[in-house]
Amino acid sequence: MTSSIKVRTSMREGKTTVRAIIRHPMHTGYATDPDTGELVPAHYIENVTVQHGDKTLLQCDWSRAISSNPYLSFEFSGAQPGDLLRITWLDNKGESDSIETRIQ
Amino acid sequence: MIMMMNHTRRLFLKGSLIAMSAITTGIFSLLKPLIAFAARNQPAFSAKTEADAIAAIFPGEQITTSDAIIIGVHDVVENGAVVPVEISTKLPAVETITILVEKNPNPLIANFNLSPECSGFIATRIKVAEPSDIIAVVRSNGKLFSTRKFVEVIAGGCG
Repeated sequence: MTSSIKVRTSMREGKTTVRAIIRHPMHTGYATDPDTGELVPAHYIENVTVQHGDKTLLQCDWSRAISSNPYLSFEFSGAQPGDLLRITWLDNKGESDSIETRIQ
Repeated sequence: MIMMMNHTRRLFLKGSLIAMSAITTGIFSLLKPLIAFAARNQPAFSAKTEADAIAAIFPGEQITTSDAIIIGVHDVVENGAVVPVEISTKLPAVETITILVEKNPNPLIANFNLSPECSGFIATRIKVAEPSDIIAVVRSNGKLFSTRKFVEVIAGGCG
């Protein structure tokens, strides 16, 4: 199965821009399923961590109000092409996924 | 005799209290690394008003309004379920960026902890339930700054 995370990096003038999309429903728990008329249980990512090598770059705490298939972009300095970048998410059901990519 | 019993009982109570606190301290020192990893402030995320959310995430702290923070968002959005938002700031040494939506059922949307290598920039997509102010709070050099921007929403997005 392909990863739930797609990530792209680009370097310019010493800064690395990271753009990531995570495949996740991000159910708030407030909406009803049009087919069954029942509430769709809350299911959303609570935490995303981005690491550059062993170092944590960014640690995100999210609510259910991040849109489905969350998009995240940020930039940082100090990376070299080929460095390892790791993105990990954890949701309210304890499910998680992570991806490793080489910065380019 | 009764005095005696009371005394021993006190001693026993005292002893068990000490033992209890020792056990609790033990448990908490074990839990500490876990808490440090998942430092999610659940009361802040459950808060139902902007003021309660701010009070829970920044207890007792002063927040100064600043025009050095820019909230990049359209003035009018068609679909509240997907509202692209970019927070950028020229403030130095940004430690956290926090996004709130005043009128959402739970106003706290996201909190980002940035390492010193990160620029003062975050982009994401959020749900906005109804026309509302979007608030960005930035911690720079230990102090809190904020700005807000109103967004008109045509179809609310709490689905």
